[in-house]
Amino acid sequence: MVTKLIILLVIVLGIVALAQLMRVYELSSKLSKKVESEIGNRDNRLNAKMWLLFMFFLFGGFIWLMLKYGFVGRGEAASISGRETDWLMNLNLIIVIAVFFLCNALLFIFAFKYVKKPGVKAFYYPHNNKLEMLWTVVPAIVLAVIIILGLRSWNEQTDAASDEAILVELYSKQFDWTARYSGMDNTLGRFDYKLTTSKNQLGLLTTETIDAAIEEMEHGTSGIDSLESQLNNPGIILIPEEKEAKIVDLSRKERLIRLLYQMKARHDNALDAQAMDDIIQLDTLYLRVDQEYEFNFRSKDVIHSAYFPHFRAQMNTVPGMTTRFKFTPDITTKEMREIKNNEKFNYVLMCNKICGGAHYKMKMMVVVLEQEEYDSWMKGKMSTSTFKDTYFANESDETPEEENEDAVNEDAVIEDNDLTADSEAA
Amino acid sequence: MAAVADGHHEESFVSKYIFSQDHKMIGKQFLMTAVFMGVVAMLLSILFRIQLAWPGESSDFVSFFLGETWAPGGIMAEDMYLGLVTIHGTIMVFFLLTGGLSGTFSNLLIPLQIGARDMASGFLNMLSFWFFFLSSLIMFGSMFVESGPAMSGWTIYPPLSALPQAVSGSGLGMTLWLFSMAIFIASSLIGSLNYIVTVLNLRTTGMSMTRLPLTIWAFFVTAILGVLSFPVLLSAAVLLIMDRLAGTSFYLSDIIVNGEMLTQHGGSPLLFQHLFWFLGHPEVYIVLLPALGLSSEIISTNSRKPIFGYRAMIGSILAIGFLSFIVWAHHMFVTGMNPFLGSVFVFTTLLIAIPSAVKVFNYLTTLWRGSIVYTPAMLFAIGLVSTFITGGVTGIILADAALDIAVHDTYFVVAHFHVVMGLSAVFGMFAGVYHWFPKMFGKMMNTRLGYAHFWITLVGAYGVFFPMHFVGIAGAPRRYYNYSVYGDFDVDSLNMQMDLNVIITMFAIISALGQLLFLFNFFYSIARGPRAVQNPWNSNTLEWTTPVDHIHGNWPGELPTVHRWPYDYSKPGYDEDFVSQIVPLKEGEDEGH
Repeated sequence: MVTKLIILLVIVLGIVALAQLMRVYELSSKLSKKVESEIGNRDNRLNAKMWLLFMFFLFGGFIWLMLKYGFVGRGEAASISGRETDWLMNLNLIIVIAVFFLCNALLFIFAFKYVKKPGVKAFYYPHNNKLEMLWTVVPAIVLAVIIILGLRSWNEQTDAASDEAILVELYSKQFDWTARYSGMDNTLGRFDYKLTTSKNQLGLLTTETIDAAIEEMEHGTSGIDSLESQLNNPGIILIPEEKEAKIVDLSRKERLIRLLYQMKARHDNALDAQAMDDIIQLDTLYLRVDQEYEFNFRSKDVIHSAYFPHFRAQMNTVPGMTTRFKFTPDITTKEMREIKNNEKFNYVLMCNKICGGAHYKMKMMVVVLEQEEYDSWMKGKMSTSTFKDTYFANESDETPEEENEDAVNEDAVIEDNDLTADSEAA
Repeated sequence: MAAVADGHHEESFVSKYIFSQDHKMIGKQFLMTAVFMGVVAMLLSILFRIQLAWPGESSDFVSFFLGETWAPGGIMAEDMYLGLVTIHGTIMVFFLLTGGLSGTFSNLLIPLQIGARDMASGFLNMLSFWFFFLSSLIMFGSMFVESGPAMSGWTIYPPLSALPQAVSGSGLGMTLWLFSMAIFIASSLIGSLNYIVTVLNLRTTGMSMTRLPLTIWAFFVTAILGVLSFPVLLSAAVLLIMDRLAGTSFYLSDIIVNGEMLTQHGGSPLLFQHLFWFLGHPEVYIVLLPALGLSSEIISTNSRKPIFGYRAMIGSILAIGFLSFIVWAHHMFVTGMNPFLGSVFVFTTLLIAIPSAVKVFNYLTTLWRGSIVYTPAMLFAIGLVSTFITGGVTGIILADAALDIAVHDTYFVVAHFHVVMGLSAVFGMFAGVYHWFPKMFGKMMNTRLGYAHFWITLVGAYGVFFPMHFVGIAGAPRRYYNYSVYGDFDVDSLNMQMDLNVIITMFAIISALGQLLFLFNFFYSIARGPRAVQNPWNSNTLEWTTPVDHIHGNWPGELPTVHRWPYDYSKPGYDEDFVSQIVPLKEGEDEGH
């Protein structure tokens, strides 16, 4: 409270002081017969010099920032397409920085040099069509080059992945990421958001998950049966808001259950196998070096963005639609740690679209492994913790993810190589 | 509808200062409202800059403004950080730089510079201001509701903005945001239609379109952009209101939020983004063009030289205006939009660089061999050219979809649009206020305080946004409450960001304090500034032929007749270095432009 009063006091006193200074200035300019609209030569020259000074400040500042920070934060790109992006980025930056220096330097030098000098009249020069044509055509040519190179790279980056690519789904929700590897068949099982239950967090579509979802919707703790009995039981007295909420909830669930029955009727059992061999992975995304990956992105609630700064890759995850992106990591985490000379460095997947309060914490570690390490890790996963293994493991209350973590001996593989990603995070 | 020349009579306080239909008073009303909103938005930015520079440290300043609810123990709440960012952006873009800049100067200058008694419709003009005022009040008020202001960024992408379950600000705060915006759009449309009609119909004798000052060209094209694009935002907002209140699914599909499974299916969040940016990108030029128009006028006047390439300048304004409608999806390269569509937008977006480059080179040539007089307005106008260059060039990288992937939604973007749109427009607005202050209030502002204000602002602004490019190139996402997460995977990067964030915040505080000089100078000069002369800057345009004291109808007698373009500065054959537009051509004199 005291500090607040002091802040207020300082502000008030500051204004009073400034007003007094203005009075003094006013009186003195009355004495010297200064008119505000007439700018004196001294003022003109002072400002002209200030422009020159500012030019040194701006250019000096740029060079200082460039030397100190220009090459630290980003580091080397760790994917094949990222390397091309960086090449193109550097080319563009050179053009851009050159234009920045040239135009600003001209501006400041003109501002300095052509300040009003007594007796010198300005040069009447309203237009020159040749000159104007020149600076329309030259930027157009430079831009044509930039456009052609840019579009070539854009097309390469957004083209479909090759057949060798491993398919991985990244599922986003407030405020974490889940990866789903496509398993043996390299095909991701189908999904529907209505099938999402505590045991089937990603809403995978199989005969069993449809039945489970229907069961939960009808007879679960806040299922249709329970809602109806609460609403129809004269013994239970609900406050009006609560009753209203339950009625809304009930009508929504009745609508959803109809859709679930339709889904059940249409379901083709043969597709179950696609989902059964999928592998669900939390916390850390493991990738194999020099392997192309095709990522599919989904979102449970709001728009997120999967941003891999080190691989120069980014794609939004949009509820209601699947988006995709591909890249090929070509530097392992271990190698990158040596390059960066930082034992604790890790690749990361961050959320880069505002998604709520904890947006800034929404991330997943990414570890790029050598082929053998990756293969043995993946083999362990495939034999013990596919969706089939975890979903049918037992009927306990544990969520599949927790079982998942328990079931796999992945730490053994990874710790050998000192590549635990999330130890620091804790 | 224009008021009659001899209709100048005493008016009551209410009809003169409050429900005024006089364009000059309405311009001042816009300016005052915008100054208030601008101060609020600047304060918000200082609050979140403090959080970014010293995360997790208790601050009396923060708790002073946010209180225990939103800053328990003097540490800003996560949600409130997003709220501050959102409202800062909204106010700056719409209320300061659209309503404030265009509203103030279109109203003040269009009738005065084309030689009209008033706007085509004084009543609609008044309505436009009061809608603007009402929407400002609602937006300001939305910061004080219990669940907080809108928190989904100024672009309010659904589903985040549609679901109160996802973030608390998407409750009442978002509803108020949408209603405020709807009223704002009404204000903008009424105003724009009025500007267009006035420019087309009420030009005085001899004022052909090719004798219009570039300010008027800029306001004219801006108004056309507004009329064509704002209705699209209105429809986007109405559909969003429907999704929020009526359970429709225009933008929502297959969502489970906070454990609640929604039934909405088939909507597309991308639809909103297309609609939003169909306004959103022209909006950038609605903000920028008036500033470029003002600075063209000021640079020409104070270089004592004609603006170089007058027709090319008009051509670039038109080209920028046209192109601005077919570039919107460059904001959406990584949204999952069809990549082919992306390539089309790369092409159209980079085309905009050509008319922009023409404008820059024409400014430079205008200064070349000039006789520059450094009024504070001139300093700001040159500052604008510098920020337009610096911010413009980084746009080339962001327009290139292949590169945008790597820096999309990082601080590089934040730096880019703050420099090219924010700073340029704010500098244009300051330049306009310093230059036309004598016309608005009949008083002079203090020049030396103006100098101090300019140099502090210029150094502060570059100090804020220059390092931001480096934070962005390093890959720091925007709208992060703090960057400590970097400690989990890259300590070097974290250190760099912390260093730079402290530098940025320091400069932000310096520039904010610098604005106090302006506020003081502004209000003090209104009250006690020395009286202005009729044509303080020896300018050619018509507004300086009106009397210093405002009268209804602007000119006491006949409307002036125009004989030449507005940029005859230092024309050979004249003793003075300026020739007013009302001076007839001499025998055999070439109008020559």
